[in-house]
Amino acid sequence: MTSPADPHLDAAAYVLHALPPAEEAAFENHLAGCEACRGDVAGFRRTVTLLASAETAPVPEQLRASVMAQVSRTPQDRARRTSPPRGRFLGRYGLRLALAASVVAAAALGAVAVRQHSEAEDARARAVQAQEQARTAGEAFADVLTAPDATVHTEELTDGTSAAVVVSRQQARAVFTARDLPALPGDKVYELWYAAEAGGLRPAGLLDSTGDRASRVLEGPLGDAVAVGITVEPAGGSDQPTTEPLGIIPIGA
Amino acid sequence: MGDEPLPHAHEPNDELDTLLLRAADGDRDAFAGVYDALAQPVTGLACRILRDSGQAQEVTQDVMIEVWRTADRFRPDLGSAKAWVLTLAHRRAVDRVRSVQASKDREVRAGMLSPDRDFDQVAETVEGLDERRRVHRCLAALARLQRVPLVLAYYQGMTCAEVARSLSTPEGTVKSRMRKGLDQLRACLEAGS
Repeated sequence: MTSPADPHLDAAAYVLHALPPAEEAAFENHLAGCEACRGDVAGFRRTVTLLASAETAPVPEQLRASVMAQVSRTPQDRARRTSPPRGRFLGRYGLRLALAASVVAAAALGAVAVRQHSEAEDARARAVQAQEQARTAGEAFADVLTAPDATVHTEELTDGTSAAVVVSRQQARAVFTARDLPALPGDKVYELWYAAEAGGLRPAGLLDSTGDRASRVLEGPLGDAVAVGITVEPAGGSDQPTTEPLGIIPIGA
Repeated sequence: MGDEPLPHAHEPNDELDTLLLRAADGDRDAFAGVYDALAQPVTGLACRILRDSGQAQEVTQDVMIEVWRTADRFRPDLGSAKAWVLTLAHRRAVDRVRSVQASKDREVRAGMLSPDRDFDQVAETVEGLDERRRVHRCLAALARLQRVPLVLAYYQGMTCAEVARSLSTPEGTVKSRMRKGLDQLRACLEAGS
């Protein structure tokens, strides 16, 4: 058998790094929309961590010195945490253009309001499950999804993928999720952005393609962001977008 | 809910999580703390997979630099620092073993090296260490059908397809045995017995 009939089955093999690259990418896409699978992966990973930590081997002292020496001259990939947003403009015009394009796309869909409504319901239902899975899904993640003031904003990305941002102004945080986001080659990564009304973009974290989900709590404070954008960037992410956004999701003010 | 943290899975790591978060902010002393806590498990895992301490140490060096470089991708809300680092280490060691050896080689070798014998040797060497002994006791408690695919994949870096071929078992069956094996292992470890 070469084609996996049921992707749910793959969670264990995935955690064991036993899936070939194509199946691994397919499973990561599947994970974005499969909460049960994310729970499985988190659980399996804890078990596998115990398997791993049952192994131990002595390490020569010189290796430590060598690693520390290398560390002292190796810059960190710092897409988000500490680098101030330099050259932060996609430009007001670019943002407007992207926003306008999204609006046109939305209008063309016609039934978008209905769909958004049902997706919002769906998101709320998932939020309830998320609350139950707070430990495995990650507390910050569940906190945002279950915040009393959470609002759900959905948008179709340029490639047809549907994305949603759940915002809690109270918690000053947002969660991005996308279903069936296509896998990227190893040297590329999806990067998220907070967009301010004035058009400034702040890096808001990478969707780690080697990670286990296409959803994450956005990095950094929500602040005055009015939209969340997503672009494809070189591995490690960028301080400012280097490609046209796949989409910009307005999140209200 | 069955979501209770595994024994020893979280508490001791809180400090390590903090160190890794500080390392992500460029704190080299904090990184040194992460190194000191995890170099031995990382090397042990790599050594188990690569069966070569020199190569295992190279993997450790690569993994540790990767940890330093990409530390700000660590998400404490998704798992412990230890889990994150060991996942990177496993990934690297497996990639290495796959690139070093033609897969055919490895299957032949896996066929000759009974995974059970291999596993028993390890069980002996870790005598006296409660946590590890428990892991190995739980591995031993698995039915062979579940244990062998798990051990071949995790400790020998074989893909599902390779495991399937070397056991002459359909790939779908291999995957479901891996799943069942991990479920049972988890149950055994959570029972803490």
